[in-house]
Amino acid sequence: MSERIITYHEAIREALREEMEDDARVFLIGEDIAVYGGVYKLTEGFLEQFGPERVIDTPIAENAIIGAATGAALMGLRPVAEIQFADFLTCGFDPLVNMTSTIHYRWGQPVPLVVRAPAGATWAMAGPFHSQSPEAWFAQIPGLKVVIPATPADAKGLLKSAIRDPNPVIFLEQKFLYRRLKGPVPEDRGFLVPLGQAAITRPGRDLSLIAYGTMAFKCLEAAALLAAEGIEAEVVDLRTIVPWDKATVLASVARTGRALVVSEAHHTAGFGAEIAATIAEEAFDQLDAPVRRLSGLDTPIPAHPVLEAEYLPDEKKIAAAARDLAGW
Amino acid sequence: MSTIPSLNTQDRLRLYRFMRQSRAVEDAAWALSSQGRLIGRLYTGHGQEAIPVGMTYALQPEDVIAPMYRDMGAHLVRGVKPVEVFAQYLGKRQSNNKGKDSGLHIGDMSRGIVGMISVLPDSLPVALGVALAFKLRAEPRVALTTFGEGSTSTGAFHEAVNMAAVMKVPLILICENNGWALSTPPAREYGGQSIVARAEGYGIRGVQVDGNDVEAVYSAVRAAADRARSGGGPTLVECLTMRMKGHSIIDAAEYVPREQLAEWAARDPIQRYRAALEAEGLWDEGQEARLSAELSDEIDRAIQEADAMEDPQPADVYEGVFA
Repeated sequence: MSERIITYHEAIREALREEMEDDARVFLIGEDIAVYGGVYKLTEGFLEQFGPERVIDTPIAENAIIGAATGAALMGLRPVAEIQFADFLTCGFDPLVNMTSTIHYRWGQPVPLVVRAPAGATWAMAGPFHSQSPEAWFAQIPGLKVVIPATPADAKGLLKSAIRDPNPVIFLEQKFLYRRLKGPVPEDRGFLVPLGQAAITRPGRDLSLIAYGTMAFKCLEAAALLAAEGIEAEVVDLRTIVPWDKATVLASVARTGRALVVSEAHHTAGFGAEIAATIAEEAFDQLDAPVRRLSGLDTPIPAHPVLEAEYLPDEKKIAAAARDLAGW
Repeated sequence: MSTIPSLNTQDRLRLYRFMRQSRAVEDAAWALSSQGRLIGRLYTGHGQEAIPVGMTYALQPEDVIAPMYRDMGAHLVRGVKPVEVFAQYLGKRQSNNKGKDSGLHIGDMSRGIVGMISVLPDSLPVALGVALAFKLRAEPRVALTTFGEGSTSTGAFHEAVNMAAVMKVPLILICENNGWALSTPPAREYGGQSIVARAEGYGIRGVQVDGNDVEAVYSAVRAAADRARSGGGPTLVECLTMRMKGHSIIDAAEYVPREQLAEWAARDPIQRYRAALEAEGLWDEGQEARLSAELSDEIDRAIQEADAMEDPQPADVYEGVFA
């Protein structure tokens, strides 16, 4: 299969463009996505290619965007809604939690929609309202799938799978990776990455680093630092939070006997806690050390780079925690 | 504006029958609930029957409705059978919600019914999305949704009506202003004189009708549908009515002044329509007696049939979280 090296951002653009070209039911709806091309210019040129019926600018109204996408999905369309920043998903939280996620369970009608939102901190002074990682809020809601890609290939393949999925999918793009990360992406239009499958992005025998999104990328950087010291860390990239690939995580922990769960979301009741609890419950006898978590702090995410750096896990903090765990 | 074709005798008798059937089903549900036999709490539309019946009758079968818990008549006009309603109330495995939800939370796209949730104004944005789908596919169909005056205080109402106005989608917004949002009267719900006055601010058409006059509701909705179908955008229809029972069966509604109830009892939509039909010689006591017997028999059989259905099994809880 031939590949090209493209950015995470371009991979998402390709997925959207190809799905819109191949399926007339797919349309985009959100704030400033058409004429302006989106705040991250992700849909630049889409209005010209697909027209105003399929690339729809809306008023500032996240509740109505998500509700309208739900109604259109009930009528057989495949809406892809953009929420400008994941922080603003709060304004559309009610329909997702109470309406969209419960429809199939209550009356059997599939609701095929994707809600895309740029999430995470950026090491760029984005501050408390443009930096959050809200995956745990949605992981608590039965009926919603949650996807967080960490590579360009996964961003493309997972988004295409999400659009084709018959369920509501929250697709949390990592804005830190948009233009910083380049990687190989297959040229084949049929290339898909199935939802619910983790990837071992680096094999290693000494401990498992379990993460997703930007932190999965940072774990690879940490693993390179650790390798120079003779510690071989295995990196497990979850890729999908709901449903999450327990089997791959538990198999990795069974091989290494040590687990460090890394996430940039707030520590308390974050999704990392779910992973750590599951390892403790189901792989206790495989563990040579306690399960450890490294997360964002239990504070709002501050704007100043000195404070933001203190808030966020990074490759050095991951390596330090891993070193400590490896020597346990 | 297009002319509304007048209702023929058959239509008018059907409107009457649907209102009577709606009240008969809810009276029977009230009795069952009082015996503690219902799954979930009972909410009824006593006194408001003209609105769901008139509005749904004014639509075409390919149109889509997103009704609420006061709108039994909307379901009946759409072809939901009393046995299906009682299966819902009894939480049966064969019911629309299979026991996972209950009451009038029936959703069935084959009948063009979007299932409501208990957060009532959430139906507005969803109905907007249905209407958007019609617009994107250039289909001559309309979406309609209902809500109480209480729902108009929420952000979801504002976001949906504003966006519908901007997008000029074929959406009919029916406000059933029944005087009480649980225990809160209009004066403590909104500062303006009416809900319909807001239409001007949103830049859409607004009409206020006597919600206890089934033909007035029919005509207003028929005009709104014609307008929406021909690209004229949304209409807000404020239907003035009165909630004649409590918010739910456990609400004795002691906060409602007795005089208000007496005043509205005299304007009961069913009695009024019966009197009108009788005055025109279209209905008489004999027909009324036959209808009563027919409905009583239909409902007894529906309850028996629903009661005989299977209850959910514990393993059913796991089914259907995802499609």
